[in-house]
Amino acid sequence: MSAQNIAPELQQPLFEYLLRLGDDRLILGHRLSEWCGHGPILEEDIALANLALDCIGQASVLLKEAGTVEGQGRSEDDLAYFRDAIDFRNLLLVELPKGDFGFTIVRQFLFSTFSYFFLEKLQQSAHKPLAGIAAKTFKENLYHLRHSRKWLVVLGDGTEESHQRVQNALDELWGYTEEMFYMDQVDEALMNAGIAVDLQPLKEQWLSMVREALQEATLELPDPDVYQHQGGRTGFHTEHLGHLLAEMQILPRSYPDARW
Amino acid sequence: MATEKNVPEQDTQWPRWEVFVQEKTGEPHQHAGSVHAPDGELALQNARDVYARRGKVYSIWVVPAEHIVATSPSDQGPFFDPAEDKIFRYPHFYKVPRGVKNL
Repeated sequence: MSAQNIAPELQQPLFEYLLRLGDDRLILGHRLSEWCGHGPILEEDIALANLALDCIGQASVLLKEAGTVEGQGRSEDDLAYFRDAIDFRNLLLVELPKGDFGFTIVRQFLFSTFSYFFLEKLQQSAHKPLAGIAAKTFKENLYHLRHSRKWLVVLGDGTEESHQRVQNALDELWGYTEEMFYMDQVDEALMNAGIAVDLQPLKEQWLSMVREALQEATLELPDPDVYQHQGGRTGFHTEHLGHLLAEMQILPRSYPDARW
Repeated sequence: MATEKNVPEQDTQWPRWEVFVQEKTGEPHQHAGSVHAPDGELALQNARDVYARRGKVYSIWVVPAEHIVATSPSDQGPFFDPAEDKIFRYPHFYKVPRGVKNL
């Protein structure tokens, strides 16, 4: 239904934009789900599984909308399970292996902080279905932020080992943060139509919220000149994504019509 | 259990918190179960994840389990026995006079 209201020249950029947002959450959700049964303690195992389910739920509505906008009859499952790595548009940040618990927490915190400012703005998107998804996602993300920020502080200001582990994770992940603010012609076309969010002004807000949390967690802000990896938005991924997809996609690819 | 060096193993379990959930404003908080957590904020978050994600919840309390003072089984007699042989404590002990309606 929404596909008909979109100017033809915006259809492709909007499809691309929805894939970026959906893939971020699909891949991050999958990484979080890898903790299921491996959490450091039962309660945290459940917490991480809940975050994973939130992310996969968000991915599901975003990819469904992408399929609608594309208008080729592809469902959210088609998009999730029958594309190859080169067709995925997620940030490199979310596809990196889950690492230790500290690594997972730092990544979640960096991404949830970005999502906080991003989703706040996206709720005013001129594409109504997207604005609606953003409102629901914003609420869920508030909890993701609260949970990951709390753990960041507990671990950072914890034992010598926990401090060192999260500091290492932070230093390693910092080179994947610039990509969150990547924009190209997809964003520009949609920004002119009031659909997409201008990411440039979010960077300062993001950095200031991150800095505040790091200070509380007694962590050092990483070197700002560290090399910044990019490519996810245009399909150039790390070697990790292929392995992730192999595991995530094997069932529907082996048994395409499998039902519960 | 003692280790080789005869140092008692550290208890790696976090403290236990009892969780009380209120479904609607004005209703009593009811005991839902317990969680382990290193502090109050994480106890609240864990309680939310374990006990409040599916049903409708208005508020949660978490209380350090060690701060709950409880009776023990040996208190059964002195604490709870008397009621049974003092039947005048029950309303049905009293006969309702004829002619009284709307009681």
